[in-house]
Amino acid sequence: MSYEVDKDGFYGDFGGAFVPELLYPNVKELEDNYIQILESDEFQDEYKSLLKDYVGRPSPLYLAKRLSAKYGGTIYLKREDLNHTGAHKVNNTVGQILLAQKLGKKRIIAETGAGQHGVATATVCALMDLECIVYMGEVDIERQAPNVARMKMLGAEVRPAKSGSKTLKDATNEAIRDWINNPDDTYYLIGSVVGPHPYPDLVARLQAVISEEMKKQLKEKTGNENPDKIIACVGGGSNAAGAFYHYMDNDDVELIAVEAAGLGVDTDKTAATTTLGTAGIIHGSKTLLMQDEYGQITEPHSISAGLDYPGIGPMHAHLFKTGRGTFLNATDREALMAAQELTLLEGIIPALESSHALAALKKIEIKENDTIVINLSGRGDKDLETYRKYLKY
Amino acid sequence: MNKLQELFKNKKEDILSIYFTAGYPELNTSGDIIKNLEKSGVDFIEVGMPFSDPMADGPTIQETSEVALKNGMNLDVYFNELKAITGEVDIPLIAMGYVNQMIRFGTDKFLTLCKESGISGLILPDLPLNVYEKDFRAKFEEYNMVNVFLITPQTSEDRIKEIDEASNAFIYMVSSASTTGSKSNIADSQLEYFQRMKDMELNNPLVIGFGISNNDTYTKACKYASGAIIGSAFVKAIKNGVTEKVVSDFINMVKG
Ligand SMILES: Cc1ncc(COP(=O)(O)O)c(C=O)c1O
Repeated sequence: MSYEVDKDGFYGDFGGAFVPELLYPNVKELEDNYIQILESDEFQDEYKSLLKDYVGRPSPLYLAKRLSAKYGGTIYLKREDLNHTGAHKVNNTVGQILLAQKLGKKRIIAETGAGQHGVATATVCALMDLECIVYMGEVDIERQAPNVARMKMLGAEVRPAKSGSKTLKDATNEAIRDWINNPDDTYYLIGSVVGPHPYPDLVARLQAVISEEMKKQLKEKTGNENPDKIIACVGGGSNAAGAFYHYMDNDDVELIAVEAAGLGVDTDKTAATTTLGTAGIIHGSKTLLMQDEYGQITEPHSISAGLDYPGIGPMHAHLFKTGRGTFLNATDREALMAAQELTLLEGIIPALESSHALAALKKIEIKENDTIVINLSGRGDKDLETYRKYLKY
Repeated sequence: MNKLQELFKNKKEDILSIYFTAGYPELNTSGDIIKNLEKSGVDFIEVGMPFSDPMADGPTIQETSEVALKNGMNLDVYFNELKAITGEVDIPLIAMGYVNQMIRFGTDKFLTLCKESGISGLILPDLPLNVYEKDFRAKFEEYNMVNVFLITPQTSEDRIKEIDEASNAFIYMVSSASTTGSKSNIADSQLEYFQRMKDMELNNPLVIGFGISNNDTYTKACKYASGAIIGSAFVKAIKNGVTEKVVSDFINMVKG
C-alpha cells in the first residue's frame, strides 16, 4: 500500500486536478516545476536557513509531565505553537514563497480561515517584498479580528468573502476566482493539503519537517524514533500531514486524526467530514466532503475557524478509506475544555484547532508504556476572544 | 448525430446562444424562458444547474445560483421542469454545471435524465480533458451526449489541438482570462487572440463566451467565430420576471 501521490496526482481513489481549463496552465506550470525546485540544493539551503533563523526551528518536543500523569503514558507536545507567527502554517508559506519567487511571480494570493495561514502568508510576503492579497470569510474576519489586524499591519490586503457560509470554503472559492482572473503574474499560496494536484503533495512535503524533527527528537529522548501514537487535528489536514509524513509506511505508529464535530455529528452544525462525508469534488480535488444528495456542498460549523471546512485533503481521505488513519472527532465544547485543561496543567494556551487534538486524549485507550505525540499546531492568542466568551474570563 | 451537432452542421455563422440559471428568478420558469428564447430566434440554450460553489463564475451567476438554490432548485426539479416542455420545443439544450453534481447524482442516472429532458450537450468547466478521456468519454458517447470544452487566451496551441480532437460539436472559446461576466467590452488584445484562433482553422467551430453582453460585443465575436454565448447579461435582464417581451427585447437588442 502506498500513501504517496501517484504520477496523476492521486492517492488511491482521491486527488487529481479538477480545475477549469482557465486554470490548467497555472496548475500545469506548478506541477511541472515543483519537485525539481523543492529538491534543488539552492531551494533546500534557503528553506532550511529560513526555518532555522526566521521561524525558529526545530520546534521543541516537550514532555508534558502533568498531562501524562493525568492520562497515563508518556505524552509529548510537538510545539508548533512556538514558531514565528504562532502556528505550523509558516513552514508551508516559507517554502511556497521561495517557490513563487523562483517561478517569477509578483503577486501572492491566499485563503485563510483562522487567519493563521493569512498571517503566515502576509509575513513571508513582507519579508520578500511581494504584493499580498488574502481572502477571508466575513464570519471569520469577525471571529479572528487580531489576525486581521496583523495581516493589515504586515501590508496585506484582506478581502472579505461574502458568499455561502462566509468561511474558509468561500474564501477558497474567491482565491480560485482571483487566480482565474490573474493567470500570469499571480501565485496562489494554498494553506493546507487541499486543492488540485500538486498542492496536497507540495504542502505535505513542506510540512514534513514536523515529523522529520520528531523522529530525531524522540530518538534522543527515548532511544526510539517511533511513538505509539501521533495525534493531530484536521481541517484541510496540513499539520496532520506534516506530523504523519515520515511515519506513513510504519504500521507500528498509530496515526490519529481529529476532526471538528461542532455541536455534534448528529446535528447539522458540524465539520466532521469522514463521519458524514461522501466522495466528491471540492476545490479541484476528489476527496471526502459533506454534501447533499444533489452534490451541493454543505455549510460546515466549528467553533474553530481553522477546522470549519466541509472537506479534507485527498491524502487523509485515502488514510481514512484504507484504515491506515484513525479518525476521531471532538465537539466545540470538548475542545474548549481541553484548551482550559492544558492551560492549567502545563501553562500553555493552545489554539482552538489544536485543542481538538488534545480532546482526543479522553477518547483513546492509553497504555502505561505508550509514547504519544500530540501535534500542538498553534497557540491560542488569536482565540482569546472566544475563550473569554465561552470560558467566562 | 444529435440536435446540437446538426445545428453546427447546418449553421456556420451568427449563432446565438443564451445561458440562464434554472430556478432563477423563480421555480417553474425554465419552460417559459426556453420557449421565449426559441421564439426569439436563439440557436441553442445552456440551462445552468445552480451549484453551491461555482468557482468559474463571477458575481452575477453566483448570485443567481444562490437564489435558485434557496428557491428549492435541485436536479430532480431541474429535469422535471425540462421534461414538461419536451413536446413543445425543438431547440438544442445544453446542461451547464459542475462535475460534482453529476457524480454525486449518479452519472448514469444523470445522463439518462438529460436524454429524456431533451439535452444534447454538457458543459462542466471543472471536468478536465484527461479525466474525460479516461473516465467519461465512453459513457457520454453511449448516451449520445456531446461534451463541450473550454479554451482561453492562455491555452497552448498543442492543447487546443488536443481539445479540438476530443470535441464533437463546438469549442467554447472564453473571451479573456476571467470568470463569467467580468468584462463589458472587448479590448484590442482580445481581438488578436480571436484572430489567432480563427487562423488555426480547427475542425470544430468556435463559439465565444464570457463577457458578451450586447450588440457590439456579439457582432465582434461573430466576425471571428461561428457565434457567441451570453449569460450574465441575460440573467440580469430577467431579474424582475420572465415575459415574452422581456426576452424578445433582449434578443432584439443583441441582434441589432
Ligand atoms: C493552529 C491551527 N491548527 C490547525 C489548523 C487547521 O489546518 P490544517 O488541518 O491544514 O492543519 C489551522 C488552520 O487555520 C490552525 O491555525
